[in-house]
Amino acid sequence: MSRVYSSIEDALDCIRDGMSVMIGGFGGAGAPIELIHALVDRYKATGSPGNLTVINNNAGNGAVGIAAMIYAGMVAKMVCSFPRSTDPKAFTDAYLAGKIGLELVPQGTLAERIRAGGAGIPAFYTPTSYGTQIAEGKPQAEFDGRMYVQERWLKADVALIKADLADRKGNLTFRKAARNFSPLMAMAAKTTIVQASRVVEPGDIDPEHVVTPGIFVNRIVEVANPQQEEALLRGGAK
Amino acid sequence: MKKLSNAQIAWRAAQDLPDGAYVNLGIGFPEMIAKFKPEGREVVYHTENGILDFGEAPPAGEEDWDLINAGKKAVTLNPGASFFHHADSFAMVRGGHLDVAVLGAYEVAENGDLANWSTGPGSVPAVGGAMDLVHGAKQVWVVTDHVTKDGKPKLLRQCRLPLTGVGCVTTVFTSLAVIDIVDGHFLLREKLPGMSLDELQALTEATLRVNGTPKDLIVPEL
Repeated sequence: MSRVYSSIEDALDCIRDGMSVMIGGFGGAGAPIELIHALVDRYKATGSPGNLTVINNNAGNGAVGIAAMIYAGMVAKMVCSFPRSTDPKAFTDAYLAGKIGLELVPQGTLAERIRAGGAGIPAFYTPTSYGTQIAEGKPQAEFDGRMYVQERWLKADVALIKADLADRKGNLTFRKAARNFSPLMAMAAKTTIVQASRVVEPGDIDPEHVVTPGIFVNRIVEVANPQQEEALLRGGAK
Repeated sequence: MKKLSNAQIAWRAAQDLPDGAYVNLGIGFPEMIAKFKPEGREVVYHTENGILDFGEAPPAGEEDWDLINAGKKAVTLNPGASFFHHADSFAMVRGGHLDVAVLGAYEVAENGDLANWSTGPGSVPAVGGAMDLVHGAKQVWVVTDHVTKDGKPKLLRQCRLPLTGVGCVTTVFTSLAVIDIVDGHFLLREKLPGMSLDELQALTEATLRVNGTPKDLIVPEL
């Protein structure tokens, strides 16, 4: 059974209304622009998939990537740590108008919740947010004389990931700091969909260099010379 | 009244960076500290988005936007740098592996409580990595003006704004003084030489304790 798809549209065909979608990337580094925009195009053409919960560190910048999803009206809720950017208008306007929900999660807690989701750990305790608004309503406990807050795992229906190399068995490498949340999200989603700059044969990636093992990857599509979100924004993309 | 510029506050904080330290500098003002690191001291900088040992910004036109810091600014790598995913990055933070984290502040309380993420209702809340950073590093420093833009104290008995962390700050470098937080109190370490203790206290809500005579806070013109 091949995981390699020849078209982006086919690779994304499992995404339905109301799903939770983890999207890799931190700012522009690692944002799977081609996957996101194919999904936006499908929504504009067919009205689906809408009502999505999107999980990312940020909440879009300018009018590309996640911001384009928000402008299109297909996002019901963002789960993120930092819904600000150099140009956060898409999210800010929708949020202040009450058109989009926000679950604010401290960045390290977001990463660990996703890791826990992928690792089969339903909850864990962290010192982060103890004594703050973020901890209100959550179970708390003392360990070795210090207070900790219980946080629950975070899973998703789908993860959209940008990798550098992928082999046909799903093993992935990433480029520089574009790695960020992607290896965690690949573990935590029922279906992990990867755009890779190059798809190679099994064995072409040295097993010592594999960052995400293929067991976490379901669908791969090659996108050679992918767009970089920050470069697009600085190039004046609308 | 004369007070230190942000660059001078950053310079003063940089003088306390321990040799061999792993350090996370918050987005914005704290990032300036790197510029003033004393010669001969080796410091390894951590950024939440998965790099250890990044260096200065590249020349304009040579940016690689997959090589950025937590402020989404382009950086370069020093020899010996490494990449890692976000869960490992915050294991470094929460696991107590960082020596120093430096943040900005809206308010600091005498027990070390910090408020720096929310000015209350009516804005879009954004916390980023601050709530994790304040609970991981061995030392948590704040760099800040001593008072707000309209002259009100920022060093308080209790924070009024939503907290980032409880009892987490260890030292505050302000535009007027260097203050350590010891046993739930502000302990004045250094103050501007032109200023009396009473003058400084008048701009500080919580009581400044003094152990002997505070040293003069002396920084170069920058």
